[in-house]
Amino acid sequence: MKLELRGITKKFGDFVANDKIDLTVEPGTVHALLGENGAGKSTLMNVLFGLYDADGGEILVDDKVVNFVGPGDAMRAGIGMVHQHFMLIHPFTVAENVMLGHEQLASNRLLDIDAARRRVLEISDRFGFNVDPDALVEDLSVGAQQRVEIIKALSRDANVLILDEPTAVLTPQETDELLDIVGQLRDSGTSVVLITHKLREVQAIADTITVIRLGKVVGTALPTASQSELATLMVGRDVTMAVDKPKAKPGDVLLKITDLNAVGDTGLKTLDDVSLEVRAGEILAIAGVQGNGQTELAEVILGAVKATSGSITLDGEELLGRSIKSALNAGIGFVPEDRTVDGVVSTFTIENNLVLDLIGQAPFSSRGNIDVDAIVSNAKEKIAEFDVRTTSSKATAGSLSGGNQQKVVLARELSRELKLLIASQPTRGLDVGSIEFVHQRIVAERDKGVAVLIVSSELDEVMALADRIAVMYHGKIVGVVPPDTDRKTLGLMMAGAHQEENA
Amino acid sequence: MSAEEAKTETVETKDRGDEARSFFRSVVESNGLVVFLAVVAALVVGAVLVVSADNAVQDSAGYFFSRPTDLLAAAWSAVSDAYVAMFQGAIYNLQADSFSGAIKPLTNSLTFSAPLIFAGLGLGVGFRAGLFNIGAQGQVILGAILAGYVGFQFHLPVGIHLALAIVGAILGGALWGFIPGLLKATTGAHEVIVTIMLNYVGLYLLAWLLSLNSFQAPGSNNPKSPPIDGSAQWPKLLGDNFGLHWGFVAALLAAWGVWWLMERSTWGFTFRAVGANPSAATNAGMNVKMTYVLVMVIAGVLAGLAGGTQVLGTEKALTTGIAGSIGFDAITVALLGRSRPAGIVAAGILFGGLRASGPTLQVQANLPIDIVLVIQSVIVLFIAAPPLVRFLFRLPNPRLMKEVTA
Repeated sequence: MKLELRGITKKFGDFVANDKIDLTVEPGTVHALLGENGAGKSTLMNVLFGLYDADGGEILVDDKVVNFVGPGDAMRAGIGMVHQHFMLIHPFTVAENVMLGHEQLASNRLLDIDAARRRVLEISDRFGFNVDPDALVEDLSVGAQQRVEIIKALSRDANVLILDEPTAVLTPQETDELLDIVGQLRDSGTSVVLITHKLREVQAIADTITVIRLGKVVGTALPTASQSELATLMVGRDVTMAVDKPKAKPGDVLLKITDLNAVGDTGLKTLDDVSLEVRAGEILAIAGVQGNGQTELAEVILGAVKATSGSITLDGEELLGRSIKSALNAGIGFVPEDRTVDGVVSTFTIENNLVLDLIGQAPFSSRGNIDVDAIVSNAKEKIAEFDVRTTSSKATAGSLSGGNQQKVVLARELSRELKLLIASQPTRGLDVGSIEFVHQRIVAERDKGVAVLIVSSELDEVMALADRIAVMYHGKIVGVVPPDTDRKTLGLMMAGAHQEENA
Repeated sequence: MSAEEAKTETVETKDRGDEARSFFRSVVESNGLVVFLAVVAALVVGAVLVVSADNAVQDSAGYFFSRPTDLLAAAWSAVSDAYVAMFQGAIYNLQADSFSGAIKPLTNSLTFSAPLIFAGLGLGVGFRAGLFNIGAQGQVILGAILAGYVGFQFHLPVGIHLALAIVGAILGGALWGFIPGLLKATTGAHEVIVTIMLNYVGLYLLAWLLSLNSFQAPGSNNPKSPPIDGSAQWPKLLGDNFGLHWGFVAALLAAWGVWWLMERSTWGFTFRAVGANPSAATNAGMNVKMTYVLVMVIAGVLAGLAGGTQVLGTEKALTTGIAGSIGFDAITVALLGRSRPAGIVAAGILFGGLRASGPTLQVQANLPIDIVLVIQSVIVLFIAAPPLVRFLFRLPNPRLMKEVTA
């Protein structure tokens, strides 16, 4: 099946999310849609999938114009989509999820779950997915859930499969497996549209590359193009992939974690005898696939989650058992993983967000009164210093782009005198410009003598920022290695393979 | 109150409360135009009801095709009678022979509005802190009980007596707010259920107290307390010809106080942050549980003052019906005022006016008092469904626009 988009335009108010985009997906090819976050890739796919009405342009399937009113139409036409956030019902089994929306009835007028089960097995076997149709989705790993989504699409006879940022949640090994699957799909005649901002994947699998920037197609490229060529095309200017940082000059141990254990809501161990040290003036990055205890580690240090045993000292002071406020006052800066949930109050102004954790203190409060002038002038200063792009300091944090929200969080957390900076996924979802900025600020903190703890599931970021890398797996520290360790070794460690401590 | 529990709690409320919170947020943030149009739409719906309840209209409908103008004329006169009566009952009596008689309806409206403003302010503070306090009724009752008891039982000098009675109102309301706040903070009990139940506890506590001899007027078995001492009553604002008392002024001062609290104080900043995003507030070192307790106490104090106003200024004796439906009407007032003090004052006065106009509507326009309640309810219905109003008046949805461009 050949899929063609001609002159697709989509506006939201004055904002043009897609500006006359042309795209042709030839049968049996992998077409990569490359662009930064916010470039308009997802909008384009939502138009194609019938979720948004286009303001202009047309969609052609096998050279015939089609009009999709909703996802159902798109699916009937043979287009399947795997969303970045999976659309699965967790308490349902794999087979139930796959049949959802086009249930078949057996002769006894009941749901024909067996037919769905057979369908799952058939597709699963054909591509070697190894998915149990009776497993509950909530028990599956993220990678397996993604395969369920792919089965769902294929079970509806999708000839074109759209994958929206499919590798964001995968380990390097799972990513490789997914790319293999994409290759198999192509060989069996299914076209794949791969939406991503990761150059490595594009080079590995794509047949054609279309690059989108600010809602426009800025060029097409062949997979033989170099990474820097693609990056330049995507960002619109030359970018340095590496973080420019002088050699660390580690001082005394500031953060010392000893035999730390914690238990999660479900009663499972989230931290298992974790011991770590972070020195003044060094960046320790914690690598690992999401959900292996890194988030919990950061939250235990902050005091948001209780440890069951162990000790955490910051500059000799015990942190365990303290309130979050007193941990912050002890000199911790905390950049949370999910900034929209834990970092900013999106309905508050930028001004107020910048003083969220300082509000009870001078100069922002005196005797219970807040000092509006001090808050405003603080905001002016921080907005300039951190280059927050906004029309007004009175704009709500929710109106900012992810990168600018993160700058607000960073500006706030760096306004106190820090001994330890914890940053979880500091650049997740940010554009390249903001990533560079955030990285520079983090390195600057390190050079001021702050101990920095980074939690990131992006291996590139870990390798670029870290002075030492600790790899976590199932709540344990698998090993601490130098930053020039090769990707393969790190990938194996992230999957649990043990590595001798040699850093 | 361990840190872990705190975390679990926040996560749980995040999941469970999300829908409710986004509903309240959409109400709190709905713009003034929508509120105004909701009132307009409610008056239109009210007009339809007035027309259909009117005898003359029903009669003329019988021969509509022979003389359609009769029906229209009857409908017009029914609607205009009703709304003129409403105006005269709530604001200005055109038929009065003196100025003081003419403005008496307005002063009545303001008298009715005072407790609604107090209780509405309390609820507004709670809504903005993310607490769905349905317990104003119970808090009003407790405030009235303590204020009333001080008022009729103690005999103290002028000034001190009123002050002490007001302290009673504050303590009564504070207690009835503290209980659900504490239960939420320590056990996670949802404030909606606890406050609803405490409304009943308060109501029957009052009924029981009024069955005791010590709460009844001497020589009477009626469930009614002795009258409040003159020294404990709110003084009249405009002389003895008018019911309006200083409780209304106190309500306006409270509105200013709440504005200061929410917009200019460190506490209010924390309340708003906790209400808008408890997770971010927790991570910023704010004590979310303590905030819940504090907010409920403040909400209780304000509702208690509503009860105090009612018993010390308007009714001047404690009865089983002392709280009327103030605690529930105040929910509407707070929603209509978008939880902002100025809005609550305006909405309180609007509702006071609707309430004051009831008898006039009945007498002058020969309409059942229920029509006023229907109009009130329809206003709430429209306010609670901003998309409906936007649809009726073809307004764009600002929220949607913002979301997709962000």
